[in-house]
Amino acid sequence: MSALNEQPLLSAQLISKNYGERVGCQEISFDIHEGEVIAIVGESGSGKSTLLSVLSTQLMPSAGAVHYSMRDGERRDLFSLSEAERRFLLRTDWGFVHQDARLGLRMGVSAGGNVGERLMAVGWRNYGAIRKEAGDWLDRVEIAGDRIDDMPTAFSGGMRQRLQIAKNMVTRPRLIFMDEPTGGLDVSVQARLLDLIRSFVTTYGLAAIVVTHDLAVARLLSHRTIVMRHGRVIETGLTDQVLDDPQEAYTQLLVSSIIQA
Amino acid sequence: MTATPKYNFAYLDEQTKRMIRRALLKAVAIPGYQVPFASREMPMPYGWGTGGVQVTASVIGKDDVLKVIDQGADDTTNAVSIRKFFEKTAGVETTTETGKASIIQTRHRIPETELTEGQILVYQVPIPEPLRFLEPREVETRRMHALEDYGLMHVKLYEDISRHGHIATTYAYPVKVDDRYVMDPSPTPKFDNPKMNNSPALQLFGAGREKRIYALPPYTKVISLDFEDHPFEATKFSHPCELCGARDSYLDEVITDDKGGRMFVCSDTDYCEKRLAAGHLGNSGATEAAE
Amino acid sequence: MYVAVKGGEAAIDAAHELLAKERRGDQGVPELTIDQLREQLAIGVARVMAEGSLYDPDLAALAIKQARGDLIEAIFLLRAYRTTLPRFGYSVAVETGDMEIRRRISATFKDLPGGQKLGPTFDYTHRLLDPSLAESADSGERDEGAVGDVNKALAPTAARPAPSAPSEPSPHVTKLLGDQGLIEQNPETGRTPDVGDLTRESLDFPADRDMRLQALARGDEGFLLALGYSTQRGYGRTHPFVGEIRMGEVDLFFEPEELGFEVPLGSVTLTECEMVNQFTGSNEAPPQFTRGYGLVFGHSERKAMSMALVDRSLRAGELGEERKAPAQDEEFVLSHADNVQATGFVEHLKLPHYVDFQAELGLVRQMREEWHEARAADAAKMSQTDQSEAAE
Repeated sequence: MSALNEQPLLSAQLISKNYGERVGCQEISFDIHEGEVIAIVGESGSGKSTLLSVLSTQLMPSAGAVHYSMRDGERRDLFSLSEAERRFLLRTDWGFVHQDARLGLRMGVSAGGNVGERLMAVGWRNYGAIRKEAGDWLDRVEIAGDRIDDMPTAFSGGMRQRLQIAKNMVTRPRLIFMDEPTGGLDVSVQARLLDLIRSFVTTYGLAAIVVTHDLAVARLLSHRTIVMRHGRVIETGLTDQVLDDPQEAYTQLLVSSIIQA
Repeated sequence: MTATPKYNFAYLDEQTKRMIRRALLKAVAIPGYQVPFASREMPMPYGWGTGGVQVTASVIGKDDVLKVIDQGADDTTNAVSIRKFFEKTAGVETTTETGKASIIQTRHRIPETELTEGQILVYQVPIPEPLRFLEPREVETRRMHALEDYGLMHVKLYEDISRHGHIATTYAYPVKVDDRYVMDPSPTPKFDNPKMNNSPALQLFGAGREKRIYALPPYTKVISLDFEDHPFEATKFSHPCELCGARDSYLDEVITDDKGGRMFVCSDTDYCEKRLAAGHLGNSGATEAAE
Repeated sequence: MYVAVKGGEAAIDAAHELLAKERRGDQGVPELTIDQLREQLAIGVARVMAEGSLYDPDLAALAIKQARGDLIEAIFLLRAYRTTLPRFGYSVAVETGDMEIRRRISATFKDLPGGQKLGPTFDYTHRLLDPSLAESADSGERDEGAVGDVNKALAPTAARPAPSAPSEPSPHVTKLLGDQGLIEQNPETGRTPDVGDLTRESLDFPADRDMRLQALARGDEGFLLALGYSTQRGYGRTHPFVGEIRMGEVDLFFEPEELGFEVPLGSVTLTECEMVNQFTGSNEAPPQFTRGYGLVFGHSERKAMSMALVDRSLRAGELGEERKAPAQDEEFVLSHADNVQATGFVEHLKLPHYVDFQAELGLVRQMREEWHEARAADAAKMSQTDQSEAAE
């Protein structure tokens, strides 16, 4: 572990986002370090998706700041970045996995083209090399190599999510945002996807912020969990502790509501 | 009722010419960048060369010599119509000889004869935005140019190769200008792309309907987009011109009968005629001579 | 020997001659006069003025005659002519509240100050072709007895009746609602506001409302009609009511710099439509109705109404509505509303494109060759395998 790892990768300070009188989220603060996975759990309306949008700079906060440690070690205030810098970050050092794959993929472009896009955007100019790298990543996300020229429209839901992950991973991002990555998928498909994400976190030292309403996803993926309700943080801590020994009444309610399979 | 209008030299009023020249100067200062301009309604329809005509009208002077071609030929109907327009409104000398012209307005071809310093080539452009068919929204394409975010362009080329084994664009083939902007050269065949690179002439592009002007100052670097392992290749014809025997010019296919008979002749009529006059002969020419 | 086709110039000259002949038609039939077109095809003239962006009924009539009745061609002629005209400046903002009203209706109130005035409208006619119009009244051949009775409103009159003495004032319905705070207010702008000029600047996106309205005012009636219709059928519903449609003459004023005061230029006929649309409210303001606006040269209700519907739809952004429908898509609507641009580009496909087509032909032929070669190679491989299998 390098000295850089002692500094948080991303640091949210008192993030608030309001829509008129309606509260999106209120005074959220936390840090995430390299190689760490944080789950933000809550029911719908808890403000978790709003928080994710602010953290990934897709929404401006009403108050608060987010700082990020760039690859060169410099710590930057994300909302002071220029549009060019912001887009570069989104395309190289970060990833974003959407609940609906159609938002994260180009449905009219082949799987290989989707995975290769980031490489081409950062200047790769050898077709063979792009194709090979895309093929390698499809392999790592367990998509058969002969599907490299197929359109995502021909892929199942689980395959599309794995394709999204591959698309994000080609530039070796250090931080991935995930918005309900397992939403709408069959349980066995979910399990496979979560296993993949877990192995990537270990193998590539990925950090991830995962928004989910599913405590099982939090349990499987994350080191730490933040529980949100009505825009505020109710409880936070090591995932196992929060889920096995919830302190707050609301957390206890959430945990006990999990339908025992 | 209003009296019959009297037209200014080259039709446009001086204010409008000044406005267009300002846009042209900006375009020349930023090679390949699309400058918006307030295109005027012209007496020919949008899509029929109004952009090119406005550019020509703004730079032409009474001592200029004008050549107008369409598909490489001086005698195609639209080239005739535009040439007559300038004869009527500017009274300038016109010519069919590339070497004699100071201004050449063209649609879909670059002349085969090499251009020289001091010549201006004015291109008629239907869709100036090279990313248009990948991204229909203007707001987004403007941002992509501003941020040099051209990944999508290469994705398109990648898709072509994965699907067809080649880049499937044969005309309006996108180029990178001065290592900065990606530009649409207008629907010239990719065969003509190399001519734009480092040309001694000033190249001006006018899109009237889309209201954009762009330019390549003389001796500008213009490189066709490609991959290292799938490099850009200009089209090659497997036969020479039937009339003049030229092996290095772009050829038109002419259907001669309804049994599949066809022949290939130079698209650039001036180039072909010059070669014939100089004694070069193609197959039909040679047969004629032999008879 | 093949000789390149020449004679394009001669062909064009001959085509123009033929066109002139066909335009005139049968010499035995009297030639149309500009006066006839201006007087008796007034709605067509109005459309040409509106989309040509030039108010001159005589010129519009001339354009229609020259264009053989093709209104879009006539609009093109007028636009091209407009380009050559010297520009003196902008008039003072027109006051439609002072309109000499010939027709004024409101669907939102049964009765209102100024009353409902039907005026010359097709609205309540029965659409029965009237054979009596087939003969000219002047030649004394018309049989007034037949269908003419039913549609008296269309009976020819000697001249437009003199404007009635100023009756009670006719304030805009939107003003009446506005006084009660029930409808959103337009921003105050004064007599000489700073607006953009679509004919002098290129249209940028996102566009401000002044440029949007200008683009709609000169936009194709059919296109806007279809878009307006789509909003009523659920593609971006705005719950429209016709607050008011008024048609009549309005005075134009111009303030030359040298004089420093306003000078009357005359009057123009305008049709104005104010739609009252879906109300919205927020935490900052209580609910109010919203507006859509249409204004066109001449008598042109369909256009004014369509314009108002589309104007309101395009305001989706500023009113916090999700843009999902085509009529709400600003770039889509404004980029395709101009029929002169549209017809130019559509019809330009008639121009020679054989050079580009040649390039495509080349590629397709090459790819077909490769396809056949690949199949032949596969087939050869298959038969080799078969042979070696057979040999075993």
